[in-house]
Formats: sequence, structure tokens, C-alpha cells
Amino acid sequence: MDDLTNEDIHSILADAQRLLPVARGETYLPLLEGKILGNLFFEPSTRTRMSFETAMKRLGGDVINLGDVKTSSVVKGETLFDTIQMVDGYTDIIAMRHPRQGAARYAQDAARVPILNGGDGAGHHPTQTMLDLFTIQQSHGTLEGLTVILAGDLRYGRTVHSLSHALVRFGCRLIFASPELLRMPPEIVEDLREHGADVTETDDLLGNINHADVVYMTRIQKERFADEDEYAKVAGAYKLHARDLDNAKSEMVIMHPLPRVDEIHPSVDKTRHARYFEQAFNGVVARMALLCRLLGIEVPAEIGGGDA
Amino acid sequence: MAEEHNMRRVTAIKNGTVIDHIPSGQALKVLELLNLTSDTSVPVSLVMNVPSKKMGSKDIIKVEDRELTQAELDRLALVAPESSIAIIRAYSVAEKLTVNLGEEVRNVVRCTFSNCITQNPREPLPHRLRVTKTDPLTLRCHYCVRPQNLDELIHNLL
Repeated sequence: MDDLTNEDIHSILADAQRLLPVARGETYLPLLEGKILGNLFFEPSTRTRMSFETAMKRLGGDVINLGDVKTSSVVKGETLFDTIQMVDGYTDIIAMRHPRQGAARYAQDAARVPILNGGDGAGHHPTQTMLDLFTIQQSHGTLEGLTVILAGDLRYGRTVHSLSHALVRFGCRLIFASPELLRMPPEIVEDLREHGADVTETDDLLGNINHADVVYMTRIQKERFADEDEYAKVAGAYKLHARDLDNAKSEMVIMHPLPRVDEIHPSVDKTRHARYFEQAFNGVVARMALLCRLLGIEVPAEIGGGDA
Repeated sequence: MAEEHNMRRVTAIKNGTVIDHIPSGQALKVLELLNLTSDTSVPVSLVMNVPSKKMGSKDIIKVEDRELTQAELDRLALVAPESSIAIIRAYSVAEKLTVNLGEEVRNVVRCTFSNCITQNPREPLPHRLRVTKTDPLTLRCHYCVRPQNLDELIHNLL
């Protein structure tokens, strides 16, 4: 995300907006016909890998997959450098996820074709951030000056790290609501404040909901806690039920990178606030826009069919 | 005067390199950075914690019969960025050099983050740390972008 200016981000979001009918399958627009995407997922991923694949195919392109890491050359000890040399020769663009941080930039230095980072270690997950920004803009018509609560596991969740940095660039006010154990890493909070961010840290999610334009929920994993009792005691405060939303702003939206377990009760799904399933769908348009941009293919100003 | 007096703590060298104005206590790290601690056959003299007008106190290293290159000296940016270097030929100063920090520290140290892609010693691309601030020196790994702790970094010499 650091490679992009705010204008770049706006332009990618505008491309994504125009690509909505293509993502929905209402219009066929083979902008990427003849191009091949290499999906290199060194770590399991369902959503990200599938949405890259869908994005490429909706635009008329093709996809090859690394397959199961356990049976690939990686397990024989191949370096990332060598894997990239091979896939670079087979493809026009690569989407990757890797357990080690910095892997995407490393791969970019090793490759001739563009690399899209689908998450590396606890590091960045910029395509998720792009779809999150798209969803927020779609809901509020703007990214500027919103009050955003990020709740749950802020320590290990890479989506919330990338997203916080991006939101601060657009002057959003951030409220970090998490149990003590899972607070946003202090170096990130410090970094955000250095960039002029208005950041509040709290353990009270429900008490802050009424101020929020966006509530971004994340999953708290049981494994993070010493025992089940400790988890039960703490995690309960970061679960949303429809009844918690009575006094929320009417246009407030609830987002979640999914998969959820029980941090958002199904009763919320039917409320006007629920936006997480659209958010997951938006992964396709956001990735379509990024694929076009990195391949140097311009998204037409007018795309017929469907209603964007 | 103090300066001249200090220089006499060890004899003048005929040919080689003198590294002066090393921050007090850093001389051993400098030797390590220059790979002068182990299998080196050249004589090395070390002076530590001597008074200095400019710095209060300082360390000095004299390496005989070896002229350090600019590339080698640039490795010192991490511990002794302000040091002044003289190349000595026939007992007199033939060249004066300084340490250049530049925008990147390349192939000097390994990133300190345990989960960085560069932790795999078989990965062939160079180790690159970007200089994000010079005063105080602040470095970030080019790949994982993690900020580096300078005290830890010095244990990660390549």
C-alpha cells in the first residue's frame, strides 16, 4: 500500500466500481484475455485464492495454481527465489501468500512479472485492505474523516494492521477495542500517531458503537489464551448481537474479513448494518482492478450492462 | 596537544589504515565489522577510551599493511558513522576517508526479525536495510519493513 498514493487508491477504487457488473457476471469483459495468473499460496487460503481466480476468469484470463505445498518442490527445499524464477516464466502476473514476512517484496525483486501480495506472515495484506476500503467507500460515499472501530484480535490480525495505516492516510479517527492481551502492537500505534492519527485504545467495544461509522470485527482465537475459562471471560465482550445495535448510527456498517466464528451473531446478518458478505464479494472487484492496473490494462470509462 | 599525545600510545605505523574517532567502546565491534578479529595475519593495534576533544572519549584502531577499501569502511556506518580514516603510506597520511552511510546498508547485516524471508540462508538476494532516518540512525528491512534494533543488529553481521 505504501507504493500507492491516495490518488492511486481513489483511481483503483473507481476502476473497481465500474467493474462491478463484470464481477457479478452480468457483463463479459475479456480485458485480460490471453493473460495467465500464477496463484502461489504457500499457506492455506480459501477466500483470497478463490477471489483472485474469479477475478482473473471474469476478465477472460487464465489461472495456474501452485497446488498443495506439501507435494510441491517447496517441500524439497526449493528457495522462494527459485520458485519465482520458474513461475515467472509461466505467467504474466503472480498472486502469492507466504508464511514469512517480506516474501512478496522479495519475490518482486526476483521476478520480471508483477507480484500481488495476498498476505505475508504477520505483515501486509494489501489486496484485503483495498477491498475493505472499497466496501467502506461504497457504504459511506467517502473514506475521509470517518470514525472506525477495529475490534477483537488487533495484535495478530494482519488485516487490521494494513487497514489502520490506510485509514489514517484518509484522516479517519480510529478506536481500537480489544482485550489487553490482544492490543494493537505499540510500535504500530506509535507509527500511526506519528502520521497524525487520532487513535483511542479501549477494552470497551459496546460502549463505543454509537460513535462509529464503521465497526470492523475480527475473530479472537481460543489458542491465544492460556485456558478456555480465560477465553470465555474475555471474548464475550467482543461479540455483537443485533440488540447491541439499537442506538448505532443508521448508516453504520459492520465489516469482518471472515471466516467468523461467533463474534457476530447471525441476528446481525439481517440488520441494515451487516456488510461482511458484500465485503467478501468486493474482494473480486478490488482484485480485478489491481490485476488490470499491474498488467497495464486500462479499465474502460464506460462499461455497459448491469447497473454499477 | 591531547590528540598528539594520544596518538603516541601506540607507535606510528609505516603502511596501513588508521581509524580514528570511533565512539568509545565500539572498537571491538568495528574489528568484527571489518573481519579483523579472526584469521587475519596483519598486526592490529587497539586503543580504547582515550580522551578526545571532539568526543569526550574515543577508540582508535591501527591496521598495519592493509589499506581498507571504501566499501569495507562503509560497513562501519552502523557503529561508527563519524569516524575519520587515514590511509598511511611510508609513515605519512596518503588519503583521508570518511564513512558513507548512503540510503541502504547492503549485505552487511541480516534483518533482526525472526520471521523475515531473509532468515533462510539459502535465499540468494542481497540483505538490504533502508536508512529511514540518520539522526538517530533508523533502519528498516527492505523486504519485511520491520524497524531494526541497532543493538541486536550488530549480532547479525554477515
